[in-house]
Amino acid sequence: MPELTEVQAAITAASASESARINATLIRVTGDWSLAEDCVQDAFARAMADWPARGIPKNPGAWITTVAKNRAIDRLRSAASEKRALSELAILSELEELPEEPDGGPTLDDDRLRLIYTCCHPALPMEGRVALTLRTVAGLGTNEIARAFLVSESTMSKRLVRARAKIKEAGIPYRVPPPELLGERTAGVLAVLYLMFNEGYSATGADSLTRDPLVKEAIRLARLLVSLLRSSPQQPEALGLLALMLFHHARRRSRLDDNGDIVTLEDQDRTLWDTASVTEASGLLTTAERTAVEHGTPPGSYRIQAAIAACHMAAPEFDRTDFGRVASLYEALSRIAPSPVVELNRAVAVAMSQGPAAGLGLIEELDQKRSLDGYYLLPAAKADLLRRLGRTTEANLEYQRAQALAPSDTERRYLNKRLAETTLKEQK
Amino acid sequence: MEYMLFICTDPTAPKYVAEEDNIEEWVAEMEGRGVTRHGDRLRPVQDATTVTVREGEVLVSDGPFAETKEWIAGYDVISCADLDEAVEVASKHPMAKFGKIEIRPVWPLGL
Repeated sequence: MPELTEVQAAITAASASESARINATLIRVTGDWSLAEDCVQDAFARAMADWPARGIPKNPGAWITTVAKNRAIDRLRSAASEKRALSELAILSELEELPEEPDGGPTLDDDRLRLIYTCCHPALPMEGRVALTLRTVAGLGTNEIARAFLVSESTMSKRLVRARAKIKEAGIPYRVPPPELLGERTAGVLAVLYLMFNEGYSATGADSLTRDPLVKEAIRLARLLVSLLRSSPQQPEALGLLALMLFHHARRRSRLDDNGDIVTLEDQDRTLWDTASVTEASGLLTTAERTAVEHGTPPGSYRIQAAIAACHMAAPEFDRTDFGRVASLYEALSRIAPSPVVELNRAVAVAMSQGPAAGLGLIEELDQKRSLDGYYLLPAAKADLLRRLGRTTEANLEYQRAQALAPSDTERRYLNKRLAETTLKEQK
Repeated sequence: MEYMLFICTDPTAPKYVAEEDNIEEWVAEMEGRGVTRHGDRLRPVQDATTVTVREGEVLVSDGPFAETKEWIAGYDVISCADLDEAVEVASKHPMAKFGKIEIRPVWPLGL
């Protein structure tokens, strides 16, 4: 008999690899998201009860699929006999004819894509999209998702129920969007995955462990999307996002110091960077650029951001980064996705390639426009440039301004260090 | 599915340009497609009357029940395949440009 931990591991693995497939098929055939959710959940509960005594089946995924399918057949049969509804009977016969194990291929791909696009439909609230994608496509448990988002399980459960209900009641179609909508809807899916990634990646301190699954799942889902979108003009941007995530992820061990404080890119120990991830990401970016040329797809924001990350990752030390290229990539980014934050980053890159005075000019322009009011990184960047220009008194004031705006203790501690340095210089 | 489109004003929207108001085209296309069921403009909020019954007494007051900067300027009941089609129909309405449109699924009482 298998150990309980073995059973749990097999169930987790089956959930991760099979949930999307099973949900996708059941939803397609029954058109009922809550029914699919209940049946899949029942199947996993049955596995938890049966496998310790009877052993883990040779093909756990097929076992779960069969149990979930039979559960759906039972539920529909009793509903059909109550209502004598013909529609249920039609669904029943289709369910009964489902193969145990689909042999992959285009139907399965379409099924899973349909599921992803529907979970990420723009008519759902953003938090609902993220939760539903994690639950239905990634197969994460409601309790795990709740923990990752630092909310109670009942809150997360309500969020999921609400999202499923809206799909049904508002008539959100279950399909891969038609070509004229595919571009914007793919951008929406990528945004959901990137938000998921950032929620996990930006966590600090004690939260970073509980939120780590978000990073892992976002990368896994991006990989799935990349493979499902092969030969689509949408694939280069999905590749760009996957590369961007892997570049960030490669730096995870150097991101925080022993106190859980953020270490800026400049001060990170580059020997801690995960070279395997960097190599993979660079390869993906090259593929993205090649396929984009084939499809005539113009560069999207993730592809450009990945190219920027690639510049940083390629530099043996911070000062040897190709900041000229970084600045021009930020310029390209601001053309397709204009934002004051992108402008700020461009200003910093310009400061690095053309000197602090050139960068400071751009930052002061931004400061005057006041579009970044309340964003602590503007005064922080300004302070750094003033410090490098030897204008310590002004730098000191900007550090204080940044400190007042810093969102958390981690950032405040970092700014404190810098403030102490400039104050010291001033006193000398 | 049936949806109600609430055609709303929006003080933050671009200024109304009469030449770009192609409502006749919209009505013609949607009627041709068999999408629209019923729809019209609504008189402005100055002409609104609110009715409540409290403890058996009918209370009538002047004006809308909610004081907002945005108000419903018209409505359309449409019948179409799904929300994506409803979004497409709404996005072609001229007031999507000069105001905003809320799409609400009709919830039949089933009487």
